Amino acid sequence: MSERLIELRNITKSFGRVYALGGVHLSIDKGEVVGLIGDNGAGKSTLIKILAGVVKPTSGEILVRGKPVSGWNAARSREAGIETVFQDRALAVQQSIVRNIFMGRELAGRFGWLKLAREVREAERLMREIGFTSRVFTPRSIVGQLSGGERQGVAIARAIYNEADLIILDEPTTALSLTETAKVFHFVRQVRGSGRSILFIGHNIHHVYDIADRFVVLDRGQVVLETSRAEVRSADALIAFMQEVAHPERPRASPAAPMRAAG
Amino acid sequence: MTEVAGAKEGERGAAHAHAQRTAEGSFRRFADANRAPLGTLAVFVVMMAVFLAANPRVFSEWNIYRSVLTTLPVALFLVVPLVFVVTAGEIDLSFPSMMGFSAWMFALVVQAGFSPYLGVLAGVATGLVLGLMVGSIVVYFSLSSLVATLGMNFMLRGVIQIVTEGKSIALTPLAHSSAKMIFSSDVLGVPTQIGWGVAFVVFSGFLYNSHRFGAQVKIVGDNPDSARQMGIDVNLVRVKTFAFVGFGAALAGVFSTMINFTWWPTAGDGYLLPALASVFVGGTPTWGGVGTVVGGAIGAFIVSFIQTGVVGAGLSGFYVQFFNGLIIILSLIGHRWNQARYR
Repeated sequence: MSERLIELRNITKSFGRVYALGGVHLSIDKGEVVGLIGDNGAGKSTLIKILAGVVKPTSGEILVRGKPVSGWNAARSREAGIETVFQDRALAVQQSIVRNIFMGRELAGRFGWLKLAREVREAERLMREIGFTSRVFTPRSIVGQLSGGERQGVAIARAIYNEADLIILDEPTTALSLTETAKVFHFVRQVRGSGRSILFIGHNIHHVYDIADRFVVLDRGQVVLETSRAEVRSADALIAFMQEVAHPERPRASPAAPMRAAG
Repeated sequence: MTEVAGAKEGERGAAHAHAQRTAEGSFRRFADANRAPLGTLAVFVVMMAVFLAANPRVFSEWNIYRSVLTTLPVALFLVVPLVFVVTAGEIDLSFPSMMGFSAWMFALVVQAGFSPYLGVLAGVATGLVLGLMVGSIVVYFSLSSLVATLGMNFMLRGVIQIVTEGKSIALTPLAHSSAKMIFSSDVLGVPTQIGWGVAFVVFSGFLYNSHRFGAQVKIVGDNPDSARQMGIDVNLVRVKTFAFVGFGAALAGVFSTMINFTWWPTAGDGYLLPALASVFVGGTPTWGGVGTVVGGAIGAFIVSFIQTGVVGAGLSGFYVQFFNGLIIILSLIGHRWNQARYR
């Protein structure tokens, strides 16, 4: 069995009397891509924010590499090697790729003068590592000139520079075309190949199905399904299951594969 | 035989074409990366050509340039830090009063009989403190910098008026001081202050393009949310840009006082609009995240030369404001067309 990177145990989060999360278990292993699927309002965002440490859970336990961590917050999340790439707002689009990758962690000498040549070399290395290369642009190109998928590449390269072990991608392909989505998938596979983990959040099941090793379906604050890729025959089987969860009164669209429902 | 020669010829041709292509490539890259300042430079060159054509005799004399180069550095000390503030997504309208206030402290120290160098230190320290104060008020109370700095401009000027009751300070001992020699004299017909002004522009250019401070100023102006997420102290960066304006305003105040041997309670007032115009004529856009220090400096040249140029070209002084406006508008249109805005 591979090494467990992070584990959430029985996490709840309530806002007043409303429960956003009601006892969620989630674990992510090293070198694994976990797809987190759920409709709007299922609790995905709350779960991500808890992982990132910007929202405190009402109750529950968080374990990093098997050890419980107390006083979980954004700094602890960082220390644990968790980097979140939010949908938009993540990049300064009028700046170069280099400036975005080294944002807030510029390589500079004692008096703050930038070591630009070293930054460019390092950026090239990071971009190669995730398969983010092109004849059209260089690390000095302006991010605003890049396509949507390429911008995700910049954000992922930055996360890797920040020594992330787990990169959370929040709806990275939502607004992207097919070719752009393929680019993002390419980056994700490269990142997995380097032994890092990815939590891939989406509501397009087809996208998540194509890239994830394991699926976690969230519905109304509960994990209703947790299954590995080997156990699901097709994206349609996943969709059928989700429909059943959403509309249990409808005639049973029998699950195509054995699944262990965790709800 | 001929075949070999032909092949060699071809090789040489290819190598030549390659060399040409890389040279073209690096020129293209340079032009792409410096579109705004190059555009501003083009405006400046065209404007000077028009003046020269209108009155070749006046504009081929050194005197007209010397008079502009004497006062221009004062504008440079104001314009360049403003580029930083505007890049950070803010604006500072309090620099005229900060300039007057810092120069006042300089004048008081010199008037009291202390060394002018001590006066310079006092002036610069005053500018830094005022800039920090203005910046902190804007940033930590989350005020609109446009309105808050306008208020600070009135307030600081008010303090000067109340205390001095509108009286100026004459600084005749300055005329024979070594400080005057170093900061504001004439070497072979070139005013020394332009050397200081250019040095300030060069240093600030490096600060803007090759220093962590400049990099973070641009990121804060571009996407403050992202900057915060990546651990940049967004508010501190903003305050620092205001402090930098205070620093530049102090230098401007000290230099203008040295040029005139006199401090006036209105010192700095006349620079409000020309300095701001120079920033935008120079090619720094209003929306933050990008800008150009060198462009701003050339913008200051343009704005300084308009008045001299219009009068020198034989038009009456009544035309100055019109041409001021015309050149501002034409530059803005040029920059709009020249620069893409990325979102």
